[in-house]
Amino acid sequence: MANLIRLKKGYDIKLVGEATKEIVATETPKTFALQPHEIRGLVPKLLVDVGTEVKCGTPLYFPKNQPDVFFTSPVSGEVVEIVRGDKRRILEVRILADGNLNHENFGAADPASLGRQGVKEKMLKSGMWTFLRQRPYNRVAETNIVPKNIFISGFDSAPLAPDLNFALKGRESHLQTGINALAVLTDGNVFLGLKHEADNSSFESLKNVTISNFDGPHPAGNVGIQIHHTAPINKGDAVWTMNIQDVANLGKLFVEGIYDPERIISITGSEIVNPVYTKLRVGASLENAVKNQLKPGKVRLISGNILFGSKVEETGYFGYFDQQLTAIPEGDEAEFFGWILPSEARPSISKTFLSYLTPNKKYRVNTNMHGEERPFVVTNEYEKVLPMDILPVQLLKACLAADLEAMEALGIFEVVEEDLSLCEFVCTSKQPVQNILSEGLTLIEKEG
Amino acid sequence: MKFLKDTMDKLRPTFSKGGKFQFLHSTFEAFDTFLFVPGHTTHGKVHVRDGIDMKRTMIVVVIAMIPALLFGMWNVGYQHFLSMDQTASHLDYFLHGLIQVLPIIIVSYGVGLGIEFAFCQIKGHAVNEGFLVTGMLIPLCLPPTTPLWMVALGTAFAVIIGKEIFGGSGMNLLNPALTARVFLFFAYPAYMSGEFLSDGTAVWFSGNRADIVDGFSGATTLSVVAGGGEAEYSVMNMFLGLEKGSIGETSVLAILIGAVILVVSGVGSWKIMASTFAGGLLMGGIFNWISGTPFLDMPAYQHLLIGGFAFGAVFMATDPVSAAQTERGKIIYGLLIGILTVLIRVGNPAYPEGMMMAILLMNVFAPLIDYFVVESNKKRRLKRATV
Repeated sequence: MANLIRLKKGYDIKLVGEATKEIVATETPKTFALQPHEIRGLVPKLLVDVGTEVKCGTPLYFPKNQPDVFFTSPVSGEVVEIVRGDKRRILEVRILADGNLNHENFGAADPASLGRQGVKEKMLKSGMWTFLRQRPYNRVAETNIVPKNIFISGFDSAPLAPDLNFALKGRESHLQTGINALAVLTDGNVFLGLKHEADNSSFESLKNVTISNFDGPHPAGNVGIQIHHTAPINKGDAVWTMNIQDVANLGKLFVEGIYDPERIISITGSEIVNPVYTKLRVGASLENAVKNQLKPGKVRLISGNILFGSKVEETGYFGYFDQQLTAIPEGDEAEFFGWILPSEARPSISKTFLSYLTPNKKYRVNTNMHGEERPFVVTNEYEKVLPMDILPVQLLKACLAADLEAMEALGIFEVVEEDLSLCEFVCTSKQPVQNILSEGLTLIEKEG
Repeated sequence: MKFLKDTMDKLRPTFSKGGKFQFLHSTFEAFDTFLFVPGHTTHGKVHVRDGIDMKRTMIVVVIAMIPALLFGMWNVGYQHFLSMDQTASHLDYFLHGLIQVLPIIIVSYGVGLGIEFAFCQIKGHAVNEGFLVTGMLIPLCLPPTTPLWMVALGTAFAVIIGKEIFGGSGMNLLNPALTARVFLFFAYPAYMSGEFLSDGTAVWFSGNRADIVDGFSGATTLSVVAGGGEAEYSVMNMFLGLEKGSIGETSVLAILIGAVILVVSGVGSWKIMASTFAGGLLMGGIFNWISGTPFLDMPAYQHLLIGGFAFGAVFMATDPVSAAQTERGKIIYGLLIGILTVLIRVGNPAYPEGMMMAILLMNVFAPLIDYFVVESNKKRRLKRATV
């Protein structure tokens, strides 16, 4: 029996617009784009120019401080545009797909017989390495270290998140090969966190992993929370994480020799006409996925979920680490006496709303702030939604004060932005929690 | 509503930079956001926010104080007629009290908000809702006969010295309402702790020494027992609040209704309330065990019923800004408030109202308590690394 970890803290925001378990094919979009800034602090060095023909797996750029790590093309075609922002910062590398999906051949191999160096090389060359995140800091994994452990979360607990067991059905052998490859990279364990008492049929027969079961509301599915409760990160440790769908893609690299960064994603939210699952490649334009799917009115489309996602246009691109699309109404209307008499029911962890009597009600939420920013006043609010032995307010104040010693002592190495997203949601003072943490992480990464 | 919104939007340029009434910018914004929650939307990676905001939180506290306020008004009238050995209808009691108390509330809010708006205007800040609660707490913790100029002075002191010099709501060290109370207590002791003023005006009920019937004392229960006397009221009267005292502090029942509102809504910390009561009982119990004087022998639970104990524990000690902010710290903080209150009451009869002293003292020590809780969290993390 795998060990069971029960988490009480957290909160499930219940929303309308859950995807039905049906994978609907969408036409491969014409354009793709990688957005280097999706990874905090990444400065790309280009390897291609406008006009370069690329295959799926051809290197596009590498991070300035990690010249051996390649970000490769998710599709075959031609580089058509390098979109730059202020100070010529590269925002997007756009590729026009040729519709044939030609793959670079990296060669099939058994990861166990390749050895650590061989696995590493294949991952680096193909671009699969870039899906390995390293904590602290949630950076691209360093190539010259051996991580203490590698963690994979087998479920996503975010609002309207896809059912990963469903998404990985039929990909068990790829998943197993991916796990074998990861196991070669660490002297420790590969940990897999599963949802307690859920359908885990896609994961049951996996070997070479240590399984922990988690019971509790969001953020129980966040890998950061799972690390904290299985083998927490201490000073000097480095651990790696990878999304489970990418682990399956990693397996495919070793089984078939190709880089194929495709995920099964859920298209969700109250403003989606027909919430379903579909297949989408990293960096794909969203135009086909949401075609005829958005309801009229002012809608915010999000690549990711409502607690950790990026606002995108209909013609925008699918995020590098995301596994769902969400559409909710914009809430840019002023609300008469909204602070005392809300015009429509809204989710809240506070019990000052009558909605707390109907905990299973599903909401249609909008993007309104529901108030103005204030100094920290209310206490024991973040603590209720962070199932970690960490004092979130004190940690954030250390970040605001740029007190590196306190940040470290209070556990900044154990958290990344997404772990504190519920804290930002619940905040009465409407503080930008993730930004504060992000700035703290950037600072300590630079100075430490 | 659309008409109102349009009007506000039309007026906005007049109050914005370069407009005619630019100097009232913060005031305009305050009214606008009071009427309408702004249509601001999220802009980070978190796209949805909880429905709660500071205004709603603060208004829940004000609502929780209403039972104590209404009972206080009734009781002011009741004590007035009682002192002259007259009876009247409940409505008469209430109306008499209303006439006494309402001006105090108006002055408290008027002066406090006036100063707050002026500060925000000068500093260019948004006006925030912190004073909503303070403005109600100040009247409730004052004797019903407090002169209005004194209310104004105390409120001004609380807002300026208690809050604004620290940087406004959320930054203050001490509970502003208690700062007002303690300032007035030391500046005008006769008005805050005596029985009658030199002209015979009673402090704890509206009336004059000349008009009262024989045997009606002007003292509060607390000052009577602290002076070594026997409480003149039954325990039930103390619980219900049929006694003299500050406007909102007498009825433990009304305060408990407020406590239930605060605890059920999650706005007030039950840990602080419970541990404060526990601390009071503990110290009272220790004194009972020592025994010797009538005050030492007063049953420990009665400490919780008299004076401002219940009011302080429920509404003052739980102020999240000046209380301990860590969950474990809150229990220590509350316990010490309870212990110190009874200790001060019994040990120093010159200041029978130990509650305000104890809370202010613990406000000062709350950061220290938090410091130890935070350090223990750091040590746990460090220990984990070395094992």
